[in-house]
Amino acid sequence: MSIDLVFHYLVSPNFLRGAGMTLMLTVASLFFGIVIGLVLALIQESRTRAGRIVTLAYLWLFRGTPVLFQIIFIYNVLPSFGIKLSAFVCAVLALSLNEGAYMAEILRSGLQAVKKGQRTAALALGMTSGQMMRLVVIPQAARIVLPPMGNQMIGMLKLSALVSVIAVEELLLVANQTASADFRYFEALTAAGIYYLAMTTAFMALQVLIETALDPKKRQRMRRASLTERMLGITEPFAVR
Amino acid sequence: MQHLLEIVGINKSFGPTRVLKNCSLTVNPSETVVVIGPSGSGKSTLLRCVNLLETLDSGDILFEGENITKSRQPAHLWRRQIGMVFQNFELFGHLSAVENIMLAPVKILGLSRDDAHDIAGDLLRKVQIPEKADAFPDELSGGQQQRVAIARALAMRPKLMLYDEPTSALDPEMIREVLDVMTTLSAEGMTSIVVTHEMGFARRAADRIVFMEKGEIIESAGSDQFFNGTVNERARRFLDQILH
Repeated sequence: MSIDLVFHYLVSPNFLRGAGMTLMLTVASLFFGIVIGLVLALIQESRTRAGRIVTLAYLWLFRGTPVLFQIIFIYNVLPSFGIKLSAFVCAVLALSLNEGAYMAEILRSGLQAVKKGQRTAALALGMTSGQMMRLVVIPQAARIVLPPMGNQMIGMLKLSALVSVIAVEELLLVANQTASADFRYFEALTAAGIYYLAMTTAFMALQVLIETALDPKKRQRMRRASLTERMLGITEPFAVR
Repeated sequence: MQHLLEIVGINKSFGPTRVLKNCSLTVNPSETVVVIGPSGSGKSTLLRCVNLLETLDSGDILFEGENITKSRQPAHLWRRQIGMVFQNFELFGHLSAVENIMLAPVKILGLSRDDAHDIAGDLLRKVQIPEKADAFPDELSGGQQQRVAIARALAMRPKLMLYDEPTSALDPEMIREVLDVMTTLSAEGMTSIVVTHEMGFARRAADRIVFMEKGEIIESAGSDQFFNGTVNERARRFLDQILH
């Protein structure tokens, strides 16, 4: 057992590359997962029959099979249809498609949590349905979906380890390969574990930052100075009658 | 004088339930019309139809002489000229009072934030809560929320205001402050249709009272005639019920 070796692994180019790969996989898959989820949620929101069938089929397929299965399936089956993608692209594709199914449910619950009266009020002011979504529904839904989305962010980071089965050189694969070369499992896996914890910690911090940014009251406190300035400078102060 | 609003024989059903039966009503500029009647009589649906929030089964609604139910102009453009106030206020929870008022003028009418801010300030003074400009809806009492909601509707400079039971969700001590604002607006000539159970307000502010029951407009009479003169038997019974 050698702490020096753990440190040596931590700063080694292989581990750094592996951690970078894990981070890239996570961020790319989350991004496309959210895009897919948003599209699915909006389709469901539109309440058309065809839309409901499509989204239901999607959720059934991608929530109903293991992610590992989806990764292996995409990597091994697509080439036989003449679609040749790199292992990285296959990994992001599989993780995004899977993530999209879960994101769709989270986003849908967020959109539904904004009550119907809010939409009516927006329409009554003369907004188009696009403006209603953009200005009234989505800003309020965003605050509701953030905590479960934080869960998904961290879950995705850990899920990304699965793509080691299709030989994407991510953190866990690097650690495992390093360890099996000289049987220093403790040191190699500890180094990987430290990287994982560091990244999840960063994600949690990011979530706190976004939650603050989306909280209108905290945001207003930060902005109050300039608003006060504007009120004193250009308009009369409100409190004076 | 041209009518501002003319509702001509409108019908509306929700499934098998006929909510509006051949309703007709005209509203002149600067007039305040109070709509009363038992719950479920179709009062709110009537208002929602005027704002094109419901589609009619048949009949016409003319706004400044133009048939808005069969118009080529999309519904949201008509709604910009008609303000609406709801029973549950429906202020946007993610925006402060002043931002609630500024949102539509800035995003829909394209006003600058400074201009909209000035307008919002004036309106908050008008509804008597200038000091609450930066408060969020959950920091305001019901009465204050409803007054901000009125200001939000006024910010679009509507030609017609629709109030859908604006005081029904309020504690008794807050009803007055909202009705006072509405009374002032009516006195200043804002054309209004008010669905309410507040008979005091009806006496004070209404030019005309419309009584609805089971989807039909039973009676439409001047305020004096309605309260002091002879009215329809069913309207009389309803009045006796709520006044005693």
